[in-house]
Amino acid sequence: MKNIHKSFPGVRALQAVDFTLCEGEIHALMGENGAGKSTLIKVLTGVYEKDEGQIFVEGKDKAVAIRSPQEAQKLGISTVYQEITLCPNLSVAENMYIGRTDGLCENWKKMNADADKILQSLDIPAKATQQLASCSIAVQQMVAIARAVDMDCKVLILDEPTSSLDDQEVEKLFGLMRDLKARGVGIIFVTHFLDQVYEVCDKITVLRDGKLVGEYEIKDLPRVQLVSKMLGKDLDDMSDIKSDQAAYDKADASTAVFETEGLASDAGIKPFDFYIHKGEVNGFTGLLGSGRSECVRAIFGADRVISGSVKKNGKVVKISKPLDAMKNGIAYLPEDRKVDGIVGDLSVRDNIILALQVLEGFFKPFSKAEANKFADEYIKLLGIKTASADTPIKSLSGGNQQKVILARWLLTHPEYLILDEPTRGIDVGTKVEIQKLVLKLASEGMSVTFISSELDEMLRTCSRLVVMRDRKVVGELSGDDLTQSKVMNTIAGGDK
Amino acid sequence: MQKTKSSEALKGIVRHQLFIPVLALLILAVFNLIADPNFFKITLGYNSVGDPVLSGYLVTILDYGSEVAILAIGMTLVTAASGGQDISVGAAIAIAGSVILRVLCGNPNELLEGLQAPIIVAFLVACVVAMLFGAFNGVLVACFKIQPMVATLILYTAGRSIAAWINNNTLPIVTDTSFTYIGGFIPGIPVPTPFFVALACMLVIALVMKFTNLRLYTQAVGINESSSKLNGLNPVLIKILSFVILGLCVAVVGLIKVSRLSTINYSVVAKDIEMDAILAVALGGNALSGGKFNMTASILGAYVIQFLTTTLYKFNVQADALPAYKAVVIIMLVVMSAPSVKEKVASLSKKLKSNSQTKEVA
Repeated sequence: MKNIHKSFPGVRALQAVDFTLCEGEIHALMGENGAGKSTLIKVLTGVYEKDEGQIFVEGKDKAVAIRSPQEAQKLGISTVYQEITLCPNLSVAENMYIGRTDGLCENWKKMNADADKILQSLDIPAKATQQLASCSIAVQQMVAIARAVDMDCKVLILDEPTSSLDDQEVEKLFGLMRDLKARGVGIIFVTHFLDQVYEVCDKITVLRDGKLVGEYEIKDLPRVQLVSKMLGKDLDDMSDIKSDQAAYDKADASTAVFETEGLASDAGIKPFDFYIHKGEVNGFTGLLGSGRSECVRAIFGADRVISGSVKKNGKVVKISKPLDAMKNGIAYLPEDRKVDGIVGDLSVRDNIILALQVLEGFFKPFSKAEANKFADEYIKLLGIKTASADTPIKSLSGGNQQKVILARWLLTHPEYLILDEPTRGIDVGTKVEIQKLVLKLASEGMSVTFISSELDEMLRTCSRLVVMRDRKVVGELSGDDLTQSKVMNTIAGGDK
Repeated sequence: MQKTKSSEALKGIVRHQLFIPVLALLILAVFNLIADPNFFKITLGYNSVGDPVLSGYLVTILDYGSEVAILAIGMTLVTAASGGQDISVGAAIAIAGSVILRVLCGNPNELLEGLQAPIIVAFLVACVVAMLFGAFNGVLVACFKIQPMVATLILYTAGRSIAAWINNNTLPIVTDTSFTYIGGFIPGIPVPTPFFVALACMLVIALVMKFTNLRLYTQAVGINESSSKLNGLNPVLIKILSFVILGLCVAVVGLIKVSRLSTINYSVVAKDIEMDAILAVALGGNALSGGKFNMTASILGAYVIQFLTTTLYKFNVQADALPAYKAVVIIMLVVMSAPSVKEKVASLSKKLKSNSQTKEVA
């Protein structure tokens, strides 16, 4: 791809970007949110039309025009997106062949046999006739890749394929990627996880603010330099943000603001006891599916509580639905931003005021001036990049959408803020911003529960970790016990 | 510079949600102006009891368009909240009308003279009944997650028989003259009353939207139910509320319908009016899959549809053939306002522009 330009109303998303992918290499595309990674990929796959520039395939001199995803597919460019775009209620084989049958009739036997062959050759643990929904997320992701591979693809684009996978699953995916690489497939890998880049990639292309920063061999670019190239500045020492903020140390610092006793919900978590102090940052950790999110959802009343109670300042409060929790000063930023967080078509302003507006009640709408004041205040406070408060939230980048949701909850001035994976799919810069913000809020007396799949991040921000395994609380670590190995051990259940 | 500014402004107008209904209205008006300027003639005459009344095609549009406009208010909310449409509106109007007749005329088996209850009481009872039926639809949609069209199909099928059953299958006639004012003319005022009723409804909904969070809540639920839930909203309640509001609109239209003829025929009253109401919402550029809405555009859409109907009547299109003609025009309008078509047109005009620019450079 040469000299690609693309602009949207108000934003120049890509300016003179070059990108080269060779046969049989894994090429990382890195950059902050809004750097233009997704736009570049969408131009390559024909979702967006480029304003300027040329795309060449297989070293031919003639530029090709890619006007639609179908055309991209014909050229052998396939994409697997961050969110799985398959049909969960169809079988694995059907998902692999959907939209690609030659005639009206389908030879089911042959299709299933073919699918099984491909699955076997790629070492994917799924059967062709199995319903897709019954596979784990990782396997579904692999099926999506298998589908792409089978379409004679020469270029495979993986857009954040690992963000919802745990370590073992990621390892399996990497095995698959290496396998494909050996077959001569060029892979473009978009991710926010630096570790993963250094584990599988050969080259890195860095974008920033829609411009090309450079293309590097992986061995020539140490981690710190990569991060500073992405940010365009030297990153402050991330490992020690905790000590930057004075801990909250007023007299009431050791009183439990919220406590749960034997709380359990119909989402399948075992009854658990939990407490949080004023001004404390704690975290729930555990493998994916260990019940981290279900715990906080139970506290927030998002799932149906079947036993136990929640106490606020020592008194039992009844929380049977989210509104009850909100009235008691609890805010919850959900794990899945797209499904549970944003209200896509509404403006940034409406998204920010939504929670407070619900708290205020049906008969007390804000005037336009008030709503604008709130929106502008928080857009400035959190540095949300948006054309205006009127822009629909869905046209913002992921990190900025997350900031809007955060703004929504901060506006309600909660006593207890629950953040479930607030930094997933967000660039390093914004991640640090959010972590710092969390610590700042805590130092001002807000209690925060922070959940993340990245242990580093948890260790950096939390002063106490609740460890979960198999939907049960299995341990609690604080102080000197907060080390990677201790936490790992507790998660694994080896050393108690 | 000046040129680009004006073209920007033009683009803004074209993109505005009111553009399509206003354009449709203009096209219809121009068409009529060319075909027969008499279309716009309004004459002041006197009716049989000697009161001044305006008559003419435009007055007819204001008169009958108001019924659709009132329904469009409720239909817009139902569409936005549930992402589906209520097709039982016509049947529900028959029920509401039947209730009004029953309350005003009393037991259908005895022939009683005069009004058996004040009109306002009859209207309020009809409101309660229509809102209950609205809530019934709402519960089916919100609690049992049935597709709105399927859920309301039940009342669509049963509604007119229920209406007939309420009055024991008789057609009582309201003899009081003051009752006819609602669907006709108030003595001394030459403009048809339904128009004022519609204005009142518009005013009420405008006030409601200004002083409550109806708009924000409805839109949030329509766009992302799961997120709304986590923000403390109760999507079930809000969906039911939208159906109940539509029920209220149905009762108002029911009152107008009964008043027009002093009675109604259960099997034909307000037949297919739900389709006009749904079309009004679509014509207003509102997504029929729910979410964001523009009430003004829907109301304007309602009058555009009546304008179209009246135009067709004027050209002596037979009542039976009317829907076919209407369909053709509506397909054109809806296709024009479809987002994908808009996008195509935008990119096409962009291409033309860049072509002409390169030519200028050359």
